[in-house]
Amino acid sequence: MTPSDYVASSLLIFGTLFFFAGTVGLLRFPDVYTRLHALTKSDNVGLGLVIAGLAVQAESWFVVGKLLLIWLLVLLAGASVAHLIAKGAMRRGVQMWKR
Amino acid sequence: MSPAIFYALVGVGLFCLGLYALIVHAHLLRKILAINVMGSGAFLVLAALAKRTANAAPDPVPHAMVITGIVVAVSATAFALMLMSKVAAETGQAELPDRRSE
Amino acid sequence: MEALTLLQWTFDSLIGLGLMWLAWRALASPQLFRAVVLFVAFGLLMALAWVRLDAPDIALAEVAIGAGLTGALLLAALARLTTAEKAHNEADQSGKRNHAVRTSRWFPAALLLMVAAGLAYSVLSIPPSSAGLSVEVAANLDISGVSNPVTAVLLNFRGYDTLLEILVLLLALLGVWSLGGSPSQRAAPAGPVLDTLARVLTPVLILLAAYFLWVGAHAPGGAFQAGAVLGAAGVLLLLAGWRPHPGFMQLPLRLVLVAGPGLFLVTALFTVVMGRHLLEYPPERARILIVILETAEALSIGTTLAALFRGERPQEKERQ
Repeated sequence: MTPSDYVASSLLIFGTLFFFAGTVGLLRFPDVYTRLHALTKSDNVGLGLVIAGLAVQAESWFVVGKLLLIWLLVLLAGASVAHLIAKGAMRRGVQMWKR
Repeated sequence: MSPAIFYALVGVGLFCLGLYALIVHAHLLRKILAINVMGSGAFLVLAALAKRTANAAPDPVPHAMVITGIVVAVSATAFALMLMSKVAAETGQAELPDRRSE
Repeated sequence: MEALTLLQWTFDSLIGLGLMWLAWRALASPQLFRAVVLFVAFGLLMALAWVRLDAPDIALAEVAIGAGLTGALLLAALARLTTAEKAHNEADQSGKRNHAVRTSRWFPAALLLMVAAGLAYSVLSIPPSSAGLSVEVAANLDISGVSNPVTAVLLNFRGYDTLLEILVLLLALLGVWSLGGSPSQRAAPAGPVLDTLARVLTPVLILLAAYFLWVGAHAPGGAFQAGAVLGAAGVLLLLAGWRPHPGFMQLPLRLVLVAGPGLFLVTALFTVVMGRHLLEYPPERARILIVILETAEALSIGTTLAALFRGERPQEKERQ
């Protein structure tokens, strides 16, 4: 394995750890707002690490540009949709979990 | 067993699962979901069998048929959902009435 | 057939079992909203299965149309359903509820197990290696006008199927319109986030659709994927509260909807009138024909999908 393979693999593994943490958060957190928090973290940082790992192994700069565009679009869509879900839940009267 | 045959078996399983749900559930939205799952199972069988070529490139004709099928499935789903909305607006529920209660 | 590693087998079995499990949970879930969400997740996992089966064109179409647009249609229908049930329950207080419960589920289950066994047996007895039509497609690829074999099959070799398919899409829209559409949902006015999202994403989606159209000639992509992205842009705009200019909703809307299938029909007629077989393109014009047909088709498909999501028939202009 070349050094770039090692770098790519470690970035991918770290990204997967973030996704794992996000999934555990989705399953274990008590209400919709905290679950959104967990999901958006895994979406932003986890996907960013995965894309960084893939970009290391990409064939050309054009492919790297496309990967970055994917990450930016997911960031935009993820953040906006999380806001919309939280606003909808708030309007519907879902209470925030208090300890 | 090659991956192609494995995915074809998964497609068969999905098809039968969808058919069982179509028969058993009375709610129209569940029936529409079941039909979509059946469709996905059938597409999986088609595309999996297309991968049996000896070289790396799969057979493109079943792929084209599956893409056609996906578009037709969404058309049928949209129409079916509008029919279901009309039934719900008329009768107040989206379930088929039980045979015994008629 | 190359020998597969344990890793690939684990991946394949995870996807396969995940698909079955998601489908089962989606169909058996007691709450409808959860069922729809699980169905969308099922569609996304299917896209991974398509990639695994070397079918990137199908993966793109599945994600955009099968998971995305079908999910939007299902959620919109679910919202209409809950308002219809609430309205009816307020009006009619007789309390008669039909809860159809099939008490004998084991009979369909036993029957379907036999069907599954029969189908699995026929799948397992198919010859494990077969070239299908890939050899013929590869041999004729250079006269088709494109170098992506799936696009060649869709737009050239089996153009007849594609013609009928977009006619079916138009027919579904006609069916939805002739049912009269549903009373318009009183949606909350779009906040700044949804507004900005629609404003930022719509030009990006239009660019993406053009990219899919162009790249479909030599890489995974094509008219249906482009049309689905345009449809998604339309759905996003509709959700953000944008409505087209009322003058557009009469004749120009119908023209855009009919442009794709109409152009295809005209091409079919031309090929027959010129003495060729139906939809047999002359090889030197095949490439430009495919580009024109794909563009018209993508526009029509996008508009049809957005109109299907809206569901409501455009109002007739008031006659003075």
